[in-house]
Amino acid sequence: MTHADLASLGLELSMAVAAGLVGCFAVMRRMTLAADALSHVALPGIGLVLLLRVEPLWGALAMLIAGTVLIWGLERRTRLSIDAVVGVVFSAALAIGSLITSGEELIDALFGGAGKVSGVEVLVGAATAALVVAFVLWGRDRLVVALVSPDIARTSGIPVERLDLAFLVAFALTVALGLRFLGVLLMGSLIIIPAATAKRLAGSLRSMFAIAIAIAVASVVGGAWLGAAFHGQRGPLAILVAAAFFFGSLFYRRNG
Amino acid sequence: MGTPALEVDRLTVRFGDATVLDGLTFSVEAGTTVGVIGPNGAGKTILFRALIGALPSEGTVRWAPGTRIGYVPQKLDIERDLPITARELLLAKAKIARADRAEVDHAFAHVGLPPAAAGKPIGRLSGGQFQRLLVAFALIGRPNVLLFDEPTANVDEAGQESLGETIHKIQGEHGLTLLLISHDLSVVYRYATSVLCLGHGLPCFGPPHEMLTGERLAELYGSPLHNHVHLHVHDAR
Repeated sequence: MTHADLASLGLELSMAVAAGLVGCFAVMRRMTLAADALSHVALPGIGLVLLLRVEPLWGALAMLIAGTVLIWGLERRTRLSIDAVVGVVFSAALAIGSLITSGEELIDALFGGAGKVSGVEVLVGAATAALVVAFVLWGRDRLVVALVSPDIARTSGIPVERLDLAFLVAFALTVALGLRFLGVLLMGSLIIIPAATAKRLAGSLRSMFAIAIAIAVASVVGGAWLGAAFHGQRGPLAILVAAAFFFGSLFYRRNG
Repeated sequence: MGTPALEVDRLTVRFGDATVLDGLTFSVEAGTTVGVIGPNGAGKTILFRALIGALPSEGTVRWAPGTRIGYVPQKLDIERDLPITARELLLAKAKIARADRAEVDHAFAHVGLPPAAAGKPIGRLSGGQFQRLLVAFALIGRPNVLLFDEPTANVDEAGQESLGETIHKIQGEHGLTLLLISHDLSVVYRYATSVLCLGHGLPCFGPPHEMLTGERLAELYGSPLHNHVHLHVHDAR
C-alpha cells in the first residue's frame, strides 16, 4: 500500500466516523429520507465547477452549504416539514445538475469515482471530519433535548433554530467529505444505514454512537477490501456491506 | 401586590385569519400559582408556547430578570425505539443547566420514579412514568418558574394525587411561581392563588372563589355545567 493509498483510507475512515455520529441524530430526528435527499443538492455545484475546471469538492461544498441555508430558511419561513422542503430543493438541484453535467462526469458525481486524492484534499477532509465529530460530541446534550422537544429545549436556554442550522451544516459537511468516494447518490446512505442499524440494536445513546461508528468504519474497510479483491467499485460495495449489517440486525430482538 | 414574575400585556396570537388569543393582559406575582382553565381549543397550550417564545405573537411578554423556566408540555410524540435512556435525558439537562449529578438523582427520586426506570429507553417508559420524567427534567437546574401543561395527564389516579402533592410541596419549599394548565378543577381550586379563564366570552383573571363559580364556568365552557364538575369543586374544598 502506498502513502497515497494510506492517506486515502485514512480520509475515508475519518469520514466514516463523522457519518456514523451525524447519522445518529439524523435518524433520531426522523430526517432519514430528507437527509438522504440533501446529499443530492451537491450535484449542480459539481456540474458548475466541472464546467469551470475547478476541483469538484469546492463546488459541491459551496452548493451543499447554500442548499442547507436555503432549506433551513424555507422551513422556518413556511413552517412546512423538512421533508417537503428538502424534497422540492433536492428535485430542483438534481434537475439543474443533470442539465449541466455530462456523461462520465455525471456518473462519477452520482456514484463516486476512483483516482488519487491530493494532499490538500486529505488535510481539508481530515480537518472537516474532526470539526463535525467535535460538533456532535460537544452539542450532544443540546441535540438530545431538542430532538425530544424543541419547546423544552427553548426553556432550557437552547437556541433551537441556530442548533438546527448548525446540525444541517454538519450534515452537509459530512456529505461533502464522502462525495469523492461515494458520490451524491450513495453518500447519504453511509450516513443513514449505520445509524438506522444502531438504532435497532442500541439501548442507550452512548451505545448507539459506538455501534453506528463501528458499522460505518467496517463498511468502508469492507468496501475497500471487496473492491481490491474483486476489482469492483469500493463505494457501492461499502454501501452493500452497510446494508448487510442492517438486514442482519433485523434478526436481533431487543429486550425491554 | 408583590414582585411580578411575569407581565403579559395585550398578547395576541394569530394563525392566518384565526385569532387564538386576542389582547390577553395579566400579571403573575412571584411565588404564586396560576391555574389556567378553559375548554379544548381555547388556546391554553398556545398561551404557554407564546410565553416561552415558541410562537410568533403580538403584545408584550415580560419575565422578571433571572427567570429560569421548567416546562412540562402536554404530550410528546416519542418513538418507542429511541435509544436515549431516562438518565441520559436528565444528565443532558443537568449539563446544559450546569447542575451537578446529585440533582439528577434527587429529581428522579422526588417524582417517585423507580430506580430501574433510569436505565430504560424513554420510549419504553409507560405514559405515567414518562410524564414523571418530564417533571423531573423540569426541576433540574433550579428553575424559579414552572409551566406545567396537564402534568398529571396519563398518570393513574393514585399517582395524580402524589404527583400533585409533590409539585405543590416543591413549589412551597422553593417559593416557585407555578402556571398550571389543568382540566381538573378540583386541583385548580385546591392549589391556585389565581385563575386565568380562556374560552367562550372574554378572558377572565382572578381568585379561584370568584372564577370557579357555576355561572362563570357555564359561560366559560359554553354550556351548563354537569353536576360532577360542581361536586368536584366542592369536594376539593
